[in-house]
Amino acid sequence: MKKLLRFLKHYKVESILGPLFKLLEASFELFIPLVVADIIDSGIANSDKNYVVTHVLIMALLGLVGFISSVTAQYFAAKAATGFATELRHALFEHIQGLSFSSIDKAGTSSLINRLTSDVNAVQGCVNMVLRLFLRSPFIVFGAMIMAFTVDVKCALIFCVAIPLLMIVVFGILLASMPLYTTVQSKLDRILRLTRENLNGIRVIRVFGKEQDEVNNFNARNDELRKVQIVSGKLSALMNPITFVIINAAMVVLIYTGAVRVDNGILTQGQVVALVNYMSQILVELIKLANLIIQVTKAMASANRITQVFDMKSNMQFPESTAAAADSDAPAVIEFKNVSLAYNETGDAAVSDINFTVKRGQTIGIIGGTGSGKSTIVNMIPRFYDATAGEVIVDGLNVKDYAMDDIRSKVGIVLQKAVLFKGTIRDNIKWGKPDATDEEIIAALKKAQAWEFVEEKEGRLDYELNTGATNLSGGQRQRLSIARALVRDPEILILDDSSSALDYVTDSKLRNAIKDYTMIIVSQRITSIAGADNILVLDDGRICGQGTHDELLKTCDVYREIYDIDMKTNSREVAS
Amino acid sequence: MKDTIKRIIKYIGKYRFLLLLTMFISLVTVAGQLIIPRLQGNAIDKIIEAGNVDFGGIFKIIVIILACVVAVAVLQWVMNAINNKITYSIVHDIRKDAFEKLQHLPVKYADSHPTGDVVSAMISDVDQFADGLLMGFTQFFSGVMTILGTLVFMLLINWRIALVVVLMTPLSFLVASFVAKRTYKMFHLQSITRGEQTSFIDEMIGNQKVVQAYSREKASMETFDEINERYRNCSLKAIFFSSLTNPSTRLINNVVYAIVTLVGAFSVISNPLAFTVGKLSSLLSYATQYAKPFNEISGVITELQNSIACAGRILDIIEEKPMDESMTDEVSVEDNGGDVDFDSVEFAYDPAKPLIKDFTLKVQAGQKVAIVGPTGCGKTTVINLLIRFYDVDSGSISLEGKDIRSVTRHSLRKNYGMVLQETWLRYGTIRDNLIIGKPDATEEEIIAAAKASHAHSFIKKLPNGYDTIIGEDGGSLSQGQKQLLCITRVMLCLPPLLILDEATSSIDTRTEVKIQEAFARMMEGRTSFIVAHRLSTIQSADIILVMKDGNIIEHGNHEELLALGGFYKQLYESR
Repeated sequence: MKKLLRFLKHYKVESILGPLFKLLEASFELFIPLVVADIIDSGIANSDKNYVVTHVLIMALLGLVGFISSVTAQYFAAKAATGFATELRHALFEHIQGLSFSSIDKAGTSSLINRLTSDVNAVQGCVNMVLRLFLRSPFIVFGAMIMAFTVDVKCALIFCVAIPLLMIVVFGILLASMPLYTTVQSKLDRILRLTRENLNGIRVIRVFGKEQDEVNNFNARNDELRKVQIVSGKLSALMNPITFVIINAAMVVLIYTGAVRVDNGILTQGQVVALVNYMSQILVELIKLANLIIQVTKAMASANRITQVFDMKSNMQFPESTAAAADSDAPAVIEFKNVSLAYNETGDAAVSDINFTVKRGQTIGIIGGTGSGKSTIVNMIPRFYDATAGEVIVDGLNVKDYAMDDIRSKVGIVLQKAVLFKGTIRDNIKWGKPDATDEEIIAALKKAQAWEFVEEKEGRLDYELNTGATNLSGGQRQRLSIARALVRDPEILILDDSSSALDYVTDSKLRNAIKDYTMIIVSQRITSIAGADNILVLDDGRICGQGTHDELLKTCDVYREIYDIDMKTNSREVAS
Repeated sequence: MKDTIKRIIKYIGKYRFLLLLTMFISLVTVAGQLIIPRLQGNAIDKIIEAGNVDFGGIFKIIVIILACVVAVAVLQWVMNAINNKITYSIVHDIRKDAFEKLQHLPVKYADSHPTGDVVSAMISDVDQFADGLLMGFTQFFSGVMTILGTLVFMLLINWRIALVVVLMTPLSFLVASFVAKRTYKMFHLQSITRGEQTSFIDEMIGNQKVVQAYSREKASMETFDEINERYRNCSLKAIFFSSLTNPSTRLINNVVYAIVTLVGAFSVISNPLAFTVGKLSSLLSYATQYAKPFNEISGVITELQNSIACAGRILDIIEEKPMDESMTDEVSVEDNGGDVDFDSVEFAYDPAKPLIKDFTLKVQAGQKVAIVGPTGCGKTTVINLLIRFYDVDSGSISLEGKDIRSVTRHSLRKNYGMVLQETWLRYGTIRDNLIIGKPDATEEEIIAAAKASHAHSFIKKLPNGYDTIIGEDGGSLSQGQKQLLCITRVMLCLPPLLILDEATSSIDTRTEVKIQEAFARMMEGRTSFIVAHRLSTIQSADIILVMKDGNIIEHGNHEELLALGGFYKQLYESR
């Protein structure tokens, strides 16, 4: 929680003024019993009607001033709380964006979403309440206590015993219920994940007729959630009654002590009334406080979950600025020197001892079995993953020496999974180049063989894509994601099996249109890479052959095998 | 809003006994809480001045007070526990219904609603609803009871002064409802904006790699901030306006309090015997207690408004029109069966753009149907219709002579095995992901299927083999490996009809050929529908559907289509 308080720093003024105005209101409220005591002791005792009227008017005035301070306080509190949450969400989202893929996989997308939404909301509500009431309530409590001292020291000592006692109890309940709320949130994570998976996998689930199993699974988790919620609820429910008992016990002691002291002539009846009033005020405030503490406990659990995300450090650090001038004229654009990578410490290396060079203007093909490490290799070029051993060099400079934007902007990578975002086609293509003109966008679409279908869409570039671009076919999505990479005219173009859904004709037209790029093509099909200047053949994470198509046919068994199968099965394709 | 409340009440209705119980307990605790100030007043009246204190009387009263306090505390705890139980049960029921409803909504719903939006309704909105509801239960009844109770006690003490207090009451309500009306809209907007933000987060975090590849962190940050800013604005307004209720009602309370003091003081002055200082003290204490619930109720009202605004979104999902599931007939394809008939089928996603027009085709059991056409021509549409993800607009599709709309979807789909280009894997072990179609599969069966799909070799290399836990959407597995797992899934349960939609697009040629052999063995005697671009697959098909612009323009076998000299020939020759 403490760590999150820094997000309030832009709202220092609001966070100070809010509680201050609240205090102002509270202090006016504290005066009211005093005025009442005056009315009883002086006004009534002396039957002075004028005295009563003027003092009642003072009371009303105090109320009005209290109202104005209160409204002001609410405004500042709301402003600070929403501002706090806005900045927190901003920082959290920014932090998550900077995390490496392995960290995100580990935390789980669903859990991150939950933390960014539900947990931040809980903390926001808490900040708002804290600013509004947490100062006010203790202030009233302690204020009432001090006022009690001014009335009678001995009676006031009762307050001094009761209040710390309460604090201990409240703190105990808080400590006990906090872990429960953490459990509640993590159960909620699972509910969120099940919902997400269910929606994303709707077709698979339905074909397998698994709807009922999904429901059963969901119900089991939902039951678990309810169970923990009810248990934590029972614990929190203690807060209120215990407060009530302690304060009323104190009240009884107060009345008795008061009685003794009035009997001894130390106190007057009016003063006892005032003391009882103060005690009532304390009771009311403490009950409010108890309810708030329940909310705070929940928020603390959420705050911890948020802090956990902030504590996740990206295991990949980028220098602020690129270490040295990259040599964009160096003949070797990309060099892999004895590169190996293992995704997790315990697992086998995904690729090992990778060595190859890409010269300017060359097209490199990478082919190999499923899971042989093709994507792993190309993912190291824009530094999605770091090599565990060896060096990846781009334009004469290790990729680790590039500032993030510098290395990413050199590379246009089209991933296997064609991901597009909600928004127009234009918006999506502009991802590649934010200031692209329509002409540039259309040129890129044409090269990617996408213009023919974009042209037919309603609004063309303004055609709106759904989330996940569900209103396009797989091949259309692939071509748009290729256009997105092309529009930035990258120094290095990487196609990671990104034309798999394209028919043969479109695929060959595409290859023809982009042949001038320095390019790496990962493919399952010989035809897509046969024309490359250099082909890497991967087998189980290692390069087992390297050379041109003709060379490989002579030297590499694995390549020949792939070729034979491709030819034998008549792999030339009819448009799909 | 009224509609939403009605629907919420339906959910509460299930717990009416608990609700009555909590209302009853609340009545008792409120009475107890109200007697206590009265007793205190009585005690104070026995403390008059030095030498004039009735200690015996005070002691008796103190015993009664303590008894009341303990009773109230215990009942309060029980009441709170019940309230918690009701709230979380209602929330539980709503989530349950919503999730069940999701299983009965047409696929179209998921296609047209962003996942994040639904997730937000399911998680954040329901949570907010719970908070409001709980607050409502804990404070609303006790609030109302307190008002009624204090009124009774005040009337008992001095009906004239009590009347003054009552006359001021409508003012509180007026203010509260004035504010409430203005806040509901803001809370609703807040809830919608939250959904929008969740969708955006879902999209961006789910596709982090693309975001990073294009260094879009800043740009997506900007969009995020834009939504965040709007969220801040409506949230600030909602919170501020709603928080006005409390000070306003408090102001009114203070005025009431002042008036009571005035009238009370005058009464004591004019008739000190009938109206004592102790009574005035109790009365003032009641006046405070009487007013307090107005604060609370007004607080609850704003909180409830937020609640109702949130509940509205999730209840909307529950109210969505489900698919028609009235059919009870079943269809079950025997081995060597699986006739599929398309009879004058017409279909369009958007009525303005008709796609499939008057399409008739008989597929006999065991035939292999290939669907070809240029990229983006709507091949998936045929599949959507076959397994009733979407319904035909007119005409009919039948399986084994039964119109597929006359049988349960479940029984229809049981006959189909489907592998799509888009892989779907969930968080869990590899094994859990494989046995979806056959939960009772033995280890041998699983390994046999994985060997047939050539997934076994990579699975056994994972840290824990078949028990390795993979992240959401397959985690760090390669796209090809994900496809292998999806194929294994179908290999394991082997239904009589098969649909393969670019099932091997990310798998290397060598493995693919081997899988094709396994598929070929599988498809023997099975009716299959294949979207593919490998010529060997297409040539060996019994029927080839040629699609263009969403429409089936030609069908026949390879030779027939070549002889026809149409679009297929054109495609074939342009290779």
